[in-house]
Amino acid sequence: MAQVKDPAARKLPGSLDANRRLDRWLQINSDGTVTVTPGKVEIGQGILTALVQVVAEELDIKVARIRLAPASTAFSPDEGITSGSRSIQDSGLALRHAAAETRDLLLARAAQKLGVTLENLTVADGVISARSGGTATYWELATPDLLAREATFDVVEKLPAEHVVVGTSLARVDILGKITGKPSYVQDMVLPGMLHGRIARPPGPRARLKSVDVKEVEQMPGVVAVVRDGSFLGVVAQREEQAIRAERRLARIAQWDAGEELPDSDPRRLQTLAAETEVISEKGDPATAGARQLTAEYTKPYLAHASLAPSCAVAQQDGGKLKIWTHSQGIYPLRGDMAQALGMAEADIIITHAEGAGCYGHNAADDVTLDAALLARAVPGKPVRLQWMREDEFAWEPFSSPMIVRMNAALDAKGNIVNWSHELWSHAHSTRPGGRGGVNLTAAWHLEKPLPAAKPGNPPLPGGGSHRNAVPLYDFPNQKITNHLIRESPLRTSAMRALGGHANAFAIECFIDELAEAAGADPVEFRLRHLKDTRAKAVIEKAAQMAGWKPNEKGDGERGRGIAFARYKNLAAYFAVIAEVQVSEEVRVKRMWAAVDVGQAINPDGVINQIEGGIIQTVSWTLKERIDFDRHVVTTRNWTDYPILTFVEAPEVEVALINRPESPPVGAGEGTQGPVSAAIANAIHNALGVRMRDMPFTRERIVAALST
Amino acid sequence: MALTLNVNGRLREVVVDAETPLLYTLRNDLGLIGTRYGCGLGMCGTCTVIIDGKPVQSCDLPVSAAVGKQITTVEALGTDEKLHPLQQAFIAEQAAQCGYCASGILMAAKALLDVNKDPSDADIRSALEGNLCRCGTHGRILRAIKLAAKEMRGA
Repeated sequence: MAQVKDPAARKLPGSLDANRRLDRWLQINSDGTVTVTPGKVEIGQGILTALVQVVAEELDIKVARIRLAPASTAFSPDEGITSGSRSIQDSGLALRHAAAETRDLLLARAAQKLGVTLENLTVADGVISARSGGTATYWELATPDLLAREATFDVVEKLPAEHVVVGTSLARVDILGKITGKPSYVQDMVLPGMLHGRIARPPGPRARLKSVDVKEVEQMPGVVAVVRDGSFLGVVAQREEQAIRAERRLARIAQWDAGEELPDSDPRRLQTLAAETEVISEKGDPATAGARQLTAEYTKPYLAHASLAPSCAVAQQDGGKLKIWTHSQGIYPLRGDMAQALGMAEADIIITHAEGAGCYGHNAADDVTLDAALLARAVPGKPVRLQWMREDEFAWEPFSSPMIVRMNAALDAKGNIVNWSHELWSHAHSTRPGGRGGVNLTAAWHLEKPLPAAKPGNPPLPGGGSHRNAVPLYDFPNQKITNHLIRESPLRTSAMRALGGHANAFAIECFIDELAEAAGADPVEFRLRHLKDTRAKAVIEKAAQMAGWKPNEKGDGERGRGIAFARYKNLAAYFAVIAEVQVSEEVRVKRMWAAVDVGQAINPDGVINQIEGGIIQTVSWTLKERIDFDRHVVTTRNWTDYPILTFVEAPEVEVALINRPESPPVGAGEGTQGPVSAAIANAIHNALGVRMRDMPFTRERIVAALST
Repeated sequence: MALTLNVNGRLREVVVDAETPLLYTLRNDLGLIGTRYGCGLGMCGTCTVIIDGKPVQSCDLPVSAAVGKQITTVEALGTDEKLHPLQQAFIAEQAAQCGYCASGILMAAKALLDVNKDPSDADIRSALEGNLCRCGTHGRILRAIKLAAKEMRGA
């Protein structure tokens, strides 16, 4: 039995539709291996392991035969950006189809060679056997022309019931190298004759370089070049510590114009700014009144991705070509912006991906790449490795936007929600390279002839940006959802896990809890009552069962528990979570019970790992994290200024996976964020009776809330 | 200046400025790339090595201060053929996402298990106080260290 795609749709799955040549995805090698060349990249999420499983499954080969080539503009399919938890849908479904078609092509050749019909053939680990006797292997049948063709529509993929590799928890393909200290990251690259670079950034986002005496720095030990172009100031040296010393000296002696003052960092300031307003969902009569009306406002501050490794790139000017190694999430969009910034043809820039530390969205990966290229141009032929310093990463990475969400709802006499309004204010959540009408790379704005940034904006709905997850999955008879987008931000903002979905789902799930309380209802029952979606109900019921949730359970003045739920983008992973907190003056999250449904789980343990990670990282965002700035500079510069959750503070986390092999697979990297923050807020209320509506829930804020 | 370091049981001569942080000498002079830069301020633990039995952050330690001491890096923890029980446990628990924190955490954990064969959960957590993980693999890492301790006790 097999699944046949609807030929009327005439659209190939995932990224295959835009990259139809089969040999852009796979090569069958004569040495008994298969090379897979996905355009999506590993950012710690484990995607490459899942892609290996998909290919091994459809080709009927052992996993060990698969070799992964790093994504490169030299040969990889253009899969845009590795983001939005879309790699399983984009790359996984493309490779599933491409591998299935490759298997068909090999079977057809085998049938011809062995003189039998297709029905008489079976495959085991690349060996095709005819029932009547005789074998042929993939490795001898494959010739370069085999996959030099476009994918077709009429390909039969395996049914879930036939899967033997997909659906199993294959160990991560990258773990052995990472735990034995092997070169694993772009930070670890060593090329012959490689030099080291560092950048002396302006002190603040609006500061500009007035003057600098570079001669003094040029005389320092090991310094090969000082590069100045407008306010872009960098150094290349023989040794890494020499580059750091020279950069420190440059930063000290440079004269900067501080520029215009920055505004206050309070997220509530957003409501005072000129915004583009759009009603994104409206149904029924938004003027409907109920027996009881509730209003509340929720905020989040600027947040940092705070990757453990400051961003890094290696660049080499080689004749007219520029070779780049980067941990960018989008090598093709980056190449486009780099070409504009450097005045080069895209074809002369070869960008190859090399892993960095986890990035969780758009960090400084792209910016450091242009920096490295600008330094490499000053030392033609020599590779330059540039890693940002920790202070650079905190001060200059693009931040997650602050947000404020104003909720308003009406309950009828029976305690049901009869009217719902959600109004949000936010900056843009996507300013990655590849934007229209500008260059989204920091150094480009600092050059003598600066290139402006593209106009900041949002990805469109249904995924959305600032308005991601603003439309509730709950079924309300009357509702109005309004997005106020403030494009200009004092600090650059861009994509971080869940985008606006973090604050929106946080606000929705806290507010539902407030409404349940007002209605005298149990928060689990109250949610179920307003949901029709059975998969949504299933994760909520599962989380409640795992936690042993008791209807209307009350905290004891110190300990308490709270629940929250969301479906990511309203079209991907379902997730429900219960948090247990212990609060004295400080909030400690003790335990979390979560249930997730990502449809078909390609690698169940990989999904659980992503969910656990999303939960713990969000506990950190919720309790501790905030980027701050004064009138001129980002004052958050290191891990003391920006504490994250420690091993001592990490909660126990239990995750149940509701695997649905018959449903399309979706990503697991996002979707935990809003519910986790809300479950913590709801648990604090359950424990103490106070509502925390402004993240982070610091000791000062808890004390303030308890004293009012 | 020329300095002699005792790294992973071998004497290695390096010619560096005495103030150079040990981290850069390990990575760039000795090719021991598994020890990694995270903050340069001794706050995140990605550069943790073991010096005379104690976990030390190598990013803000002058190389001259390590002369005459025994330095152990992640490269000496185990080999691909014979992994250290901690490495085996990290695989068993799949205790990594991006993995950038792993080397430093493995070394901090080794320093703990070398002196405490049966650490409690609280012992392990406090031994990792100087190590950050951003991906949120804390639970897996804690389980892996506990598992390794158990294996090493032969339990």
